[in-house]
Amino acid sequence: MKALVGVKRVLDYAIKVRVNPQKTGVDLQGLKMSMNPFDEIAIEEAIKMREAGVIQQVVALSIGDKNAAETIRQALALGADSGIHVQTDLRIDQDLQPLAVAKVFAKMIKEKQFDLCVLGKQSIDDDFNQTGQILGSILGIPSATFSSKIEIDVANKKATVTREVDFGLQKIEVQLPAVFTCDLRLNTPRFANVQSIIKAKKKPIEVFNLADLGIDFAPRLKVEKVEMPQERQGGVIVGSVDELISKLKNEAKVI
Amino acid sequence: MLSMLFKNTTQKVLNRQLLTQVQSQVNNLFQSQPIFRETLQLQFQVDIFVHGGKDSISKQVEEVQKYPGIRSIITSASDDLSNPYGDHVSQTLKKVVESHSYDKVIASTSAFGKDVTPRLGGLLDVQPITDVIQVINNGQQFLRPIYAGNALSTVSSSDKIKILTIRATNFEKIAAGSANTYPVKEVAAQNDNVQGKWLENNVSESEMVELGSAKYVVSGGRGMKNGENFKILYELANVLGKQHCAVGASRAAVDAGFVPNDMQIGQTGKVVAPDLYIAVGISGAIQHLAGMKDSKVIVAINKDPEAAIFKVANYGLVDDLFKVIPELSQKIKALQ
Repeated sequence: MKALVGVKRVLDYAIKVRVNPQKTGVDLQGLKMSMNPFDEIAIEEAIKMREAGVIQQVVALSIGDKNAAETIRQALALGADSGIHVQTDLRIDQDLQPLAVAKVFAKMIKEKQFDLCVLGKQSIDDDFNQTGQILGSILGIPSATFSSKIEIDVANKKATVTREVDFGLQKIEVQLPAVFTCDLRLNTPRFANVQSIIKAKKKPIEVFNLADLGIDFAPRLKVEKVEMPQERQGGVIVGSVDELISKLKNEAKVI
Repeated sequence: MLSMLFKNTTQKVLNRQLLTQVQSQVNNLFQSQPIFRETLQLQFQVDIFVHGGKDSISKQVEEVQKYPGIRSIITSASDDLSNPYGDHVSQTLKKVVESHSYDKVIASTSAFGKDVTPRLGGLLDVQPITDVIQVINNGQQFLRPIYAGNALSTVSSSDKIKILTIRATNFEKIAAGSANTYPVKEVAAQNDNVQGKWLENNVSESEMVELGSAKYVVSGGRGMKNGENFKILYELANVLGKQHCAVGASRAAVDAGFVPNDMQIGQTGKVVAPDLYIAVGISGAIQHLAGMKDSKVIVAINKDPEAAIFKVANYGLVDDLFKVIPELSQKIKALQ
C-alpha cells in the first residue's frame, strides 16, 4: 500500500500577520514560511505507518509556486520517499481554494492508485478545514476527520480511527482507500537530521503545472477585502484580589 | 406574522439542525440558535433539517418547534443517523438540498458542522465558506477570520448554493418560546455506498455547562503545573455557578497532559466568547488568543508581568495563582 500526504507551505505560525496596504491579502513578502503544522503531523503519521510495515511508500504532494519545492524537500528529509509538486502562481492562502485542491489530490490518487491519503485537519493560513472532507466526497471514498489515533487493519483493508469531537472522542471505522485528516494530538513530529536533509536532495520530485491537469481550479470565492481586526486594548493592572473583585462588580458589572 | 416575512422574499435557506447525539441534543440546538435571528433579519425562509434515530427524532422535532421564524421542519430518521458517520448525513442532505432547490445551507462551526458541510460541498461541487462571523450585504458577502483571527477576509461566492458554517458566538441568540406547529416533512435517509461507520462515543464527563455556551469561562495554562491543581479552577467555577460556568485550558496545558483535549481553547481547539474569561497561568500565545479574544471581559492572572495575555486583558493581576485563585473563590462566595 502507498500513501499520499499533503504538505502546504504557509506563513510560519510564530510570525505576526500584517495585511498589505491595498487590503487585498496578508503580506507574505520576505517573511518566514514553513510547513503547515498539521501537515507535519500528517507526514509523521505516514512515516510511522511505513515503519510499522502497514504501507510501503510515502509520497508528499504540495501545490504552490517554485518555493513550495522547499516544503516538499522538508517532507523528503523527514522520510517521505518521493514528491509531487503541482506548480501555480495562485495565492494558495486565498485564491487556490479547498475544492480545487481536493480535485488535484483526487486526480493524483486515481491516476497513481494511492491506498490512503493523509492530510492536516486545516491549514493555519486560510483556516478552512475542508480539503480532506471534500476529497472523500469527490472520490466517493470515506474520510476520517480530526484523527487522534489511526489503526490500519491491512488484511481487511480497513481502519479504526479515534476522532476528536466537541464532547470528547469518537471511534469510527472506514474502508480503504480512505482519507485521514490529522488533529494535533495524533503524534509528535520528528525533526530532520543533517544526514537525512542531504539524502532528501537525491529523492525524486515529479513536477506538474496546475493549468495542465485539466481540472477546474478557478476560485469560487472572491476575496473582496482583507482587513486587520480591531485590536483589543489592554486594560489595567490591579493590585489585589479585592480590587479585582471590585472592578468586576462595579466597573465591568459581570459578577 | 410569519407569512408576512415569507412574502417579502424569494430566497430559501436551509438551516441544518445538528441534533446528532441524544445526550448533547440541547447543547447542539443551542449552538445553532444564533443564525435564526440573522436569517429572520435577512428575511430568508428557514427550514430546519433534523436527523437522528427513530426513537429520538420526535423529541428533537418538539425541541425545534419551540423556536420562532421557521417555515418547516424536514426530518430524516434511521439507525445510521442516530450516531452517524459524516457521509450518512451529507448524502441525505444532498438529496434534501437538491429536491427543495435550497440556495443556502447553514450549520454551526462545531466538530460536526465542520465534518459534514465540506462533504456536502464535494458532493454538490460547491466551495463551502467556513466559520462565518458576519453576514454582509443581505447575504451576498461573508466575513470570516483567517490566520487564526489575525486578519478578517470578506468573500463573495459564485456558487449557486452557498454552504456556510457560522461561528455561533458572533451571532445573537434567539430565545425558545412556546411550541409552534410547523409542518414536518419526512425524507428517507440516503446511505447507499457509505463505507464508514460509527463505533462508539467516549464522552468527557463534566457536570458543567458546555464551553461554547458558558457565560463564564475559567481557563488554566501551563502555570497550573499539573492536572490535580485544576481543582482550584473548578472551585472558582462552582462559586461562579456551574450552571453557566465552564473550565477550559490552553494548548500547553493539554499537551502537558494536565487535562483532556476537548477542554482546549484556541485556534486548534474551541472558540469561546463568554461575558467573563479568566485566564490563569496562561501566557497568551497567538494560538490561544484566537480562541478567546472576543470575550467581553478578560481577566489575566499570571506571575510574569511580561506575559502577552496582559496586552488583551481588561484586568490583570500579577501574582501567584495558587494564592490568588483560592482567595478569589472565597471572596466571591462571601459576596453572594
